[in-house]
Amino acid sequence: MFDVEVKEITKCFGDFCAVNGLSFTVGHGEVFGLLGPNGAGKSTLIRMMTTLVPPTSGTALINGFDVTRAANEVRKSIGVIPQAMTSDLDLSAEENMSIFAKLYGIPREKRRRKILELLEAVDLVQWIDKPVKNFSGGMRRRLEIARGLVHEPKIFFLDEPTTGLDPVSRVAVWEMLSRLKREHDLTIIVTTHYMDEADKLCDRIAIVDHGKLVALDSPLKLKASIPGKNILEVSFSNVPSGWQQALERLPEVVEVKADDNIFRISSHNGPLTTVELMEAARKAGISVASLSVQSTTLDDVFVHYTGHQLRDALQAPVHGTMFPSKN
Amino acid sequence: MHRILAIIERDLRRFRRSPTLVLVSIIMPLVQLVILGYAFGGIIKDLHLGVVDQDHGVPSVKMKEMFQAIAANARTFDTTAYEDLATALKDLRTGKINGVLNIPPQFSRKVLAGFNPHVALIEDNTDQFASTSLQGSIAGLLTAYNQKPPLPHTTAGATLSVVEIYPYVPYIQYLLPGTIVLSIFVSCMIGGGIIFIDDKARGLHEGYLVTPISKFDLIMGFNLAGAFKAIIAGLVLVTFGSIIAGIPDPLNIARLLRLMLLVVLTSLALISMMFLIMVRVNDPLVPRAVFGMLNTVLYFPSGAVYPINAFPAWMKAITVIDPFTYAVHGFKELILKNNGLAAISYDLLFLSGFTIVAMAAATMLFRRTL
Repeated sequence: MFDVEVKEITKCFGDFCAVNGLSFTVGHGEVFGLLGPNGAGKSTLIRMMTTLVPPTSGTALINGFDVTRAANEVRKSIGVIPQAMTSDLDLSAEENMSIFAKLYGIPREKRRRKILELLEAVDLVQWIDKPVKNFSGGMRRRLEIARGLVHEPKIFFLDEPTTGLDPVSRVAVWEMLSRLKREHDLTIIVTTHYMDEADKLCDRIAIVDHGKLVALDSPLKLKASIPGKNILEVSFSNVPSGWQQALERLPEVVEVKADDNIFRISSHNGPLTTVELMEAARKAGISVASLSVQSTTLDDVFVHYTGHQLRDALQAPVHGTMFPSKN
Repeated sequence: MHRILAIIERDLRRFRRSPTLVLVSIIMPLVQLVILGYAFGGIIKDLHLGVVDQDHGVPSVKMKEMFQAIAANARTFDTTAYEDLATALKDLRTGKINGVLNIPPQFSRKVLAGFNPHVALIEDNTDQFASTSLQGSIAGLLTAYNQKPPLPHTTAGATLSVVEIYPYVPYIQYLLPGTIVLSIFVSCMIGGGIIFIDDKARGLHEGYLVTPISKFDLIMGFNLAGAFKAIIAGLVLVTFGSIIAGIPDPLNIARLLRLMLLVVLTSLALISMMFLIMVRVNDPLVPRAVFGMLNTVLYFPSGAVYPINAFPAWMKAITVIDPFTYAVHGFKELILKNNGLAAISYDLLFLSGFTIVAMAAATMLFRRTL
């Protein structure tokens, strides 16, 4: 049995479908990433899986329970960290945890022990009785992660857990999530629009764009699935006509995409193509303004499958949020 | 039950750390009580009456002496003598005087001849309160002027003696019941309206909605937490308001207990109403925008500041369904008349029924999803 089984799930707001017939499964113990730009439908999808938004059609089975028919059983099985920081600023770390432990019906004798254990795990035990309003963004996020685990859920949903955090705090959250996953035998579903985060954290990644699933596999396989092992980004001071075709004829070149004077060249052999490129440019009397050679990244995968870079998009309003969600 | 308590605990812990809510909901009505109580409750004095005597006979002199007696004692008005009506009217229009009493020529001759002479009061009626006071004072004075000792062997006319069964109720005391209800309302409006919607907009409710808490538990938790804060505001107003307004024996335990019951039921009714109004609202501007309107629509027609009997029919219709009406009536009975619970049983019944209906409707309308 899969921990998560999403079947043809769709959510439309009027004529606009934020999520359009998505299906996938997540096995036990996996870290599953939903990667996509703002407005791709990631948050709507995660809200449907966590019973916060009813699907227009289709459904999802979470821990074997249908989100539309057994919502309360789903809620007992999952921990959820919403995109917005929802801890109470006026309360202490322990009070925030304790309120949620009570909402989940954790017995008194177990409550205090569990709270201490989790605050220890997220390295906040020394701040246990300090008001959350004095916490940094990273500390608040760690507290919320601890809060989401207070009832020992089987599946843990995190919606953009590192958005707004500085690079050091982001790395700290990644490491903490990896440790918590091991120690608590969790299945984790995380939405993100950070490629490096998805690459480092996730066992498998679903690339979502315009509410549809455009690719799903492990980061390694996704990177291997696109043409070329290396990407050369090169710009020239002047570009004669037919220059793109000349570049395509260079050895080991798979694909060339042009944007004004900047060319993005996929190659099976980056170093060789670079040497040949410089030679061809010299012979044609074209000066190279800049050149970089990179291994394939998830950015390349994303561009390959979606045909565009991460971009902003207008979104349908979702009840209960002051600001448009940034999925 | 433990989930309801968790919601209440969260709210009350936040409230304890930041008690601005109750301070605002107590101080604003208290200030209103004192300012309105003294602004509207005083006896009007020191009006200026111009007197034009075109007669100069003995009866007119007697009448002017009576006016001067009022000026010296009750001080409702003082008098200024004018030689001609035109000058007096000019001063009336420019606001130097509040009214002109014209004693016409032939007044004394008509009095002595046994006719019914007229004197005219020309007044500035743009200020209803001042003109009504002036009218009342001069009408009383004319009654006294017209009083004749009964002749022997004739039948005397009937007179009215007024006996007041309660001590004199100054306007500040009359305002107190409405002020208590207003403070409960302000607390409900801030706690049940503004903070509720702000929390929702900040995503705090999302945290609740992913837990296995039921709709009913959530609504009960929100309502009871809001009611608790409103009860605190109401009890403070009952105690300090009574002392400020000069209610006799303000700390009488039996009466305070009766008042406490009414405060609790009023708080529950108003927080339920507030929750029903806000249950589908997502925009944080809405509760702020409707605050003033709700205050006007509920407070003023309730009889808190003026008797309901004076209202037009459409406004009386509002009072029938306005929980303020029943709460204000209940507080008047308990505070101004020191009555027992039997006198407010209908009010208690209405407030309880209103709470149940509003809570049930809010539970039905509440969406457990975003």
